[in-house]
Amino acid sequence: MELFFQQTINGIMLGSTYVLVALGVTMIYGIMRLPSFAHGHFYMLGAYITFFLITLYNFSYWPALILSMVVLFFIGGLVERIVFRPLREQSQISNFIAAIGILLFIEHMVTVIWGPHSHRIPNPYPEHIYLFGASVSQQRLIVILAAVVLIALLQLFIKKTVIGFTMEATAQDREGAALVGINVNRVSSLTFSIACALAAAAASLVAPIFVIVPGMGSLLVMKAMVIFILGGLGSIPGAIIGGYILGLIEALGGGYISSEYKDVFAFGALILILAIKPTGIFGKGAA
Amino acid sequence: MHEYLRKKWFYFLLLLLALVFPLFGPSRLIFTMLILSGIWSIATLGLNLILGYTGQASLAHGAFFGIGAYAVGIMTTRLGLSFWIALPLASFLCAAIGFLIGLPTLRTKGAYFAISTLAFGIIVFIIAGNWSDLTGGHMGLPAIPRPNPIPLPLAGEISFTSPAARYYLVLFFLLLTLWVMHRVVFSLQGYSFMAIRNNENLAEAVGINTFRNKLLSFMVANFFAGLAGGLYAMQLGALSPFITHHVLTFNLIIYLILGGVATLAGPIIGAITVPFIVDALFAIGPYRMVIFGVLLIVSIIYFPRGLMGGLTSLWNRTADYYRHRKDGVRHAAES
Repeated sequence: MELFFQQTINGIMLGSTYVLVALGVTMIYGIMRLPSFAHGHFYMLGAYITFFLITLYNFSYWPALILSMVVLFFIGGLVERIVFRPLREQSQISNFIAAIGILLFIEHMVTVIWGPHSHRIPNPYPEHIYLFGASVSQQRLIVILAAVVLIALLQLFIKKTVIGFTMEATAQDREGAALVGINVNRVSSLTFSIACALAAAAASLVAPIFVIVPGMGSLLVMKAMVIFILGGLGSIPGAIIGGYILGLIEALGGGYISSEYKDVFAFGALILILAIKPTGIFGKGAA
Repeated sequence: MHEYLRKKWFYFLLLLLALVFPLFGPSRLIFTMLILSGIWSIATLGLNLILGYTGQASLAHGAFFGIGAYAVGIMTTRLGLSFWIALPLASFLCAAIGFLIGLPTLRTKGAYFAISTLAFGIIVFIIAGNWSDLTGGHMGLPAIPRPNPIPLPLAGEISFTSPAARYYLVLFFLLLTLWVMHRVVFSLQGYSFMAIRNNENLAEAVGINTFRNKLLSFMVANFFAGLAGGLYAMQLGALSPFITHHVLTFNLIIYLILGGVATLAGPIIGAITVPFIVDALFAIGPYRMVIFGVLLIVSIIYFPRGLMGGLTSLWNRTADYYRHRKDGVRHAAES
């Protein structure tokens, strides 16, 4: 039973980061119809920025995390403006190539500047507490709580503010939104910015638990893609539930069956679910 | 025949160049790069069928390449089969696995298909790295033997220890692939594929069985991925699990899109130019991949249809220009 609680909490913690990254991928797809394969690398960049704010400029943990989100917010907007806006009318596969260009650029830039070896952010909350007989570090609980807060804030932003309405309108019908006077280009930029800021938050939250390396985002983005497909393209509730489910599948599968093959469960689950329901759990229709 | 030669002289010239190229005594490095480019060309031509002509973005192509490579490696080292039996067996194995994977994944469309094939690719990568008894795990699979020499009736035998012999072997398979693709694309079958790409619902409405056609296209594409993988195992003589990694799929897609998607020459142009560009960038030092990333973004923004697309539109424009000059005012007045 101890193992079960331990792995469940690990699963929820992993799931929290997956949700934050997958929400970004989902929002970008919803607004811009492009699968953002470079998103894991924005995540990695967010972790590095937090790391350097803490180690080089002696920031404490939370200000560093927020500043990293702000930096990624602007980088995201810039990338949308100079790379994806000119490709607006092109096919998805062209956008895919551009995303590969971006991820190569970020990954190798980081490798050249800060080296290929791993770094570790000093853990701000290393104490352990005991829950149901399982020992959990405080940082893990903070990841879970912070993710819930961020998800709630994002939902409030989309459902209660005018800018949120414009985003939802653009996701539903881009031309219709443009007709009623919404600046769809600005909405696209803003979406990309928010998505990158969320990725930076996720990365900075888990960075004290794991190490940071230039390649840390490449498998994560694949999982975010899996979640975004599992949840149904562009469905925000789908991404939230899908993220937690994937985290739990991985943690429990890794704990009980085989840790080497833990990723196989996640990706295998995707193929199985799509074989049964080809448009994902919450999917509305074909892509 | 004379008419045929007059129309296609350029292709025969290229073929002649490719055939006599080893006589110029190129360095070992150039040979290796050309052999690898030939292998990438075969794989990219396969990808072109499913992605370019049938419009289904398979992100498992690198995984099938890896399966083909490992199949040849395992069959020649552990089962002691001859390369000449292992290569076709590996290709058919890839087509068969493509059939099994296509059954669930091809029921999905668009991005769903892309990501579910990607998921399969990642599973293959994890298995290649962890199933040590079969694949050698992360240590890789060493000492894959060269193909057995082919005996010739009068002139002794062809052995495959020299790079030139392997160059001709890969060139032979490249021409074979090109011929098959040419036959497929310009047949009724090929037109069915393109109809599915252009509008799947409409294709279904005019009586094309879209699922069966997509499955066939996927299997043929994976057959050639496996063939290229087998040749890769033969050329390198050792394999690591990274040959099944999705980065390989991404590279093949880059070759395809930058060369020219849905053309027969595009995949070959892409698979030759892009590796040579990356190699040339080595001179710049550590920033080479950073610059390659920028190049990729710039070229996809300015040449969305790749090098072939750019060349074709340039050709059309010059042809238009000369026609207008010849026809003069009369043509201009009509248009």
